[in-house]
Amino acid sequence: MIRLKDVEKEYENGTHALHGVSLTIEDGEFVFLVGPSGSGKSTIIKLLTGEIVPSNGRVSVNGFNLSNISDRQIPLLRRSIGVIFQDFRLIEKKTVYENLSFAMRAVGASPRAIRSRIPYVLELVGLENKADQYPPELSGGEQQRVAIARALVNNPNTIIADEPTGNLDPARSLEIMRLLNRINELGTTVVIVTHERDLVNRFHKRVVLLEGGYVTGDGVGYDAK
Amino acid sequence: MKHDFRYFLHEGVDNLFSHGFMSFATIGITVACLLVMGTFSLVTYNAEILLKTLESEYEILAFIDDGSTDAQTREFGARIERLPNVKSVSLITREEATAAFEERTLDDYMRANLTPDMFRDRYAVFVDDLNLVNQTAGDVRAIVGEANVRVDEDIAGGFILVRNVASAVSLAMIAILLVVTVFIISNTIRLTTFDRRDEIAIMKMVGATNWFIRWPFVYEGFLLGLLSAFLAFALQWLVYASVAKGIAAADTLQFLNIVSFDHIWQPVAASFAAAGMVIGVGGSLTAIRRFLQV
Repeated sequence: MIRLKDVEKEYENGTHALHGVSLTIEDGEFVFLVGPSGSGKSTIIKLLTGEIVPSNGRVSVNGFNLSNISDRQIPLLRRSIGVIFQDFRLIEKKTVYENLSFAMRAVGASPRAIRSRIPYVLELVGLENKADQYPPELSGGEQQRVAIARALVNNPNTIIADEPTGNLDPARSLEIMRLLNRINELGTTVVIVTHERDLVNRFHKRVVLLEGGYVTGDGVGYDAK
Repeated sequence: MKHDFRYFLHEGVDNLFSHGFMSFATIGITVACLLVMGTFSLVTYNAEILLKTLESEYEILAFIDDGSTDAQTREFGARIERLPNVKSVSLITREEATAAFEERTLDDYMRANLTPDMFRDRYAVFVDDLNLVNQTAGDVRAIVGEANVRVDEDIAGGFILVRNVASAVSLAMIAILLVVTVFIISNTIRLTTFDRRDEIAIMKMVGATNWFIRWPFVYEGFLLGLLSAFLAFALQWLVYASVAKGIAAADTLQFLNIVSFDHIWQPVAASFAAAGMVIGVGGSLTAIRRFLQV
């Protein structure tokens, strides 16, 4: 579960990114976080992944209290979250399989666990035939599916996707959203930051609207407010 | 989490070759620094041994008044021997002193006219610690009389000064070179970490611990340091052996008794290996620190 309670965030340069944001996302939910540039979406992502701490208020993710999390607990928090970025952030000199095994190695998975988990995840994202290919040999949509597979490979409770379709054409974007929806149906909480109104409206899911650091809307569909 | 030695070593070796030229340059500079450090240490070590030999020959002379009986002379010797900082005491009779003088002097007239009456019995007093020679001389004076002790304080002071200066210079050079080499290795590894910053960011993102990220770089630094140490040791052996051979062959340098490398290669090898490892691991830990902030 993700819970933000009266969260304020002011950066060192004086930018006040969030103003008293309160938000609860239950386990298994699918939520779109939408809003214009500078509305505070990225700040929320950084708070949820433990990259920054709130100036005030309380943030908890999957049982970790991020307001006073220790350095030793941050890796454990991150293992409970899978993060997907707009620019995929794949290692180009590693194959699809190696990109995934690298992520599993990093959290201490055994070679045996790696061998049994990766084929399953690749099949889930429809890339079972691309395991030996390198990211530059794949299309944008396929690269994003590799990124999703990497986010899933350590079996996290929650997937956080930051503009996952920002670099894709409409058809590939829809494909990726459907894939994330399917992952949600398998029990994983999914939080997607996006500003693609049409795409959001196709899915009839919960939408949280942020503007100027405030939550200005929370309901089903982009136009919920 | 289990320490995955094979994985970390593989990644460390991979890092080493990903910047082959830089690694080669780092090894070259580290070898040079270790060689200079080793040379300073070995010169200091040999100087120390030479000074110790000279120190062991340094003596306080305690003269016995002519009127003293044999029993009194023996009593003086026993009392001196019991003094603190006295290593040994040796009685030199007036006859022995005469013979020794005769052997040393180049003046034929003097030699022809020498008689034992011109000398007195004396004790040669050898000390443990030259730093305390003044105090020991004072104690000896209290036994045999103020005017009966000859001690060359300037020579003792000279020995101490030479030894202290040599140690200080050597230590300072070693410290400076140690910092320089740590900096050089740190820079090479910083280049590797910069090259792999995306991988590091991904590892952080998926929940790798800082130590999991550090280990490959620690192994890289360790290997760089160890390889440099090995090469520096081999070169040091060559240089030392040739210098020792040169000194042994030079007539004017016979007083310099250089310790054979065969007798010291083990501690020298251990010191080089330890210095290489400390430099390598220290350099890598310094380099990686900044990349683990997020």
